[in-house]
Amino acid sequence: MSKSIFDPQVIKKEFPLLERSVNDNPIVYLDSAATSQKPIEVIERMNDYYKEINANVHRGAYHIAELATEEVEETRRKVHRFINSNSEKEIIFTKNATEAINLVSYSWARSQLTDGDVILLSSLEHHSNIVPWQQLSSERDIEIRWIPITHDGQLDLDNIDELLKGVKLLCVTAVSNALGTINPVKKLVEAAHKVGALCLVDACQSTPHFETDVTDLGADFIAFSGHKMCGPTGIGVLWGRLEILENMPPFLGGGEMILNVTSDGFTANELPWKFEAGTPPIAEIIGLGVAISYLEKIGMGAIREHEQKLTSYALQMLNDRFGNDLIIHGPQNPIDRSGVLSLSYRDVHPHDLSQVLDQYGVCVRAGHHCCKPLMKLMGLNATARASLYIYNDESDIDVLADAINEAGKIFA
Amino acid sequence: MTGLEDLYKEVILDHYRSPRNKGELPTPPAIMEEGFNPLCGDDVKVYVILEDKVIKEIRIGGQGCSISQASASMMTESVLGKTLDEAKEVFERFKKMMSSHENDLNSAESSLDETPSSLGDLEALKGVVKYPVRIKCATLGWNTFDQIIDSVEN
Ligand SMILES: Cc1ncc(COP(=O)(O)O)c(C=O)c1O
Repeated sequence: MSKSIFDPQVIKKEFPLLERSVNDNPIVYLDSAATSQKPIEVIERMNDYYKEINANVHRGAYHIAELATEEVEETRRKVHRFINSNSEKEIIFTKNATEAINLVSYSWARSQLTDGDVILLSSLEHHSNIVPWQQLSSERDIEIRWIPITHDGQLDLDNIDELLKGVKLLCVTAVSNALGTINPVKKLVEAAHKVGALCLVDACQSTPHFETDVTDLGADFIAFSGHKMCGPTGIGVLWGRLEILENMPPFLGGGEMILNVTSDGFTANELPWKFEAGTPPIAEIIGLGVAISYLEKIGMGAIREHEQKLTSYALQMLNDRFGNDLIIHGPQNPIDRSGVLSLSYRDVHPHDLSQVLDQYGVCVRAGHHCCKPLMKLMGLNATARASLYIYNDESDIDVLADAINEAGKIFA
Repeated sequence: MTGLEDLYKEVILDHYRSPRNKGELPTPPAIMEEGFNPLCGDDVKVYVILEDKVIKEIRIGGQGCSISQASASMMTESVLGKTLDEAKEVFERFKKMMSSHENDLNSAESSLDETPSSLGDLEALKGVVKYPVRIKCATLGWNTFDQIIDSVEN
């Protein structure tokens, strides 16, 4: 694919929300790690779906039902190409990444794991990739073990061979949503496979920001959410390797997921529909398809390049301007991190910092970012997190810095 | 600064910078309850020593934002030396102030005016009502204190 010319000024104009103001200031949206804004193409296409082809899928033999079905299945093929999987049958639509992880926990883990088995989690996980495993371990005698981190929030893999003993499943996030750390996922997958464990990768914070190649990664499952990658809320993806998915029992039961039902029982549908009970979120699936096309048009390589450049600028400028007053947690080298900047400013509480920033139109997230175990390890109660995406540029970071400075004046 | 004056009033910042009755008390004789704000990870510990249902000593532990810390600090001043029933009454009035809708602020003001200095420094927290997410911060210490009242009464 030819490299596109990346201009955040042009991109910004494609996101209607970024035209609004907040508290009489132009909005500076720096919370894309929570959810991204949506380009006009996505919004209009979803509207058009309701205006022109709304019908239930896989059911009606009439024109618009066929159109709707085709759009849903076309998106499935798009996702398959986007993550370079083996087959479109490996793409399962869920409500979000959380549901995708729960699907693995309820279907795969509950049919495969027994007392004494071990699940290894990285200390950088989001609650979504922690709690489903804790729920399982409260039902069965399954041990949960943690990969520790270094002081700058990278995984400490010195004892990984020891940690992997007896492990049946390794769960790791590709990128930390709290610190931005990019994890060496490929290396971890190899290590897990060596001891016969499967590997589930939480790709929520990687699919929006750089290329995802599940074949190269070698993982067994990946989960991600559409709403963090320019798509709508209400749609997520579970990808799993075909031979594993084929042997898994269905998760939710109902329509769509059956081939046949009698008064005595049911036969499960083929993949991927076996795991898609009930009417799917059709407009949202179509919206995700448009979002993927949108990202591909810009180019995932160009997106990563832009975000890395912007992150370098932010690290440098904030450090020059605030020195020791501002701590940016996580890895210091921009190569090791995404565009997530987890900040502590003097002793201003993150909640207060984000409140002052909001006054200047700057949207950042304050709190534990659904990573309480990680925050505890880092000795933090909360941080203020600014997270970057394609529509951000240096001027946004400058406004952020000015607003931080104002907070400093109030809490002098 | 624009627009934040209502939230970050000088009294509030003063209580935040120099919190009153901060610290711990040995349990027993003190009763301790802990409260969390799951939204931001703040936690507060309230320690109370009672004598004949009179609040003889009170301390606040834990950590949190300016609003939760200042509110807890003001709370200690407003209930110290009071009976539990009197403290409950202050809490009720504080809750009422916190639940008044932004549009009702003026009428809330007038009703507060009828009972001058009834809430003292606490009235500075009135501006929080305009920032709904922060109401939880302002009430964290109070709700935790309320747990102590409950545990004593039941
Ligand atoms: C790393 C990571 N995992 C999981 C999730 C959960 O995503 P969702 O709430 O869309 O299921 C998030 C989003 O907050 C995330 O950042």
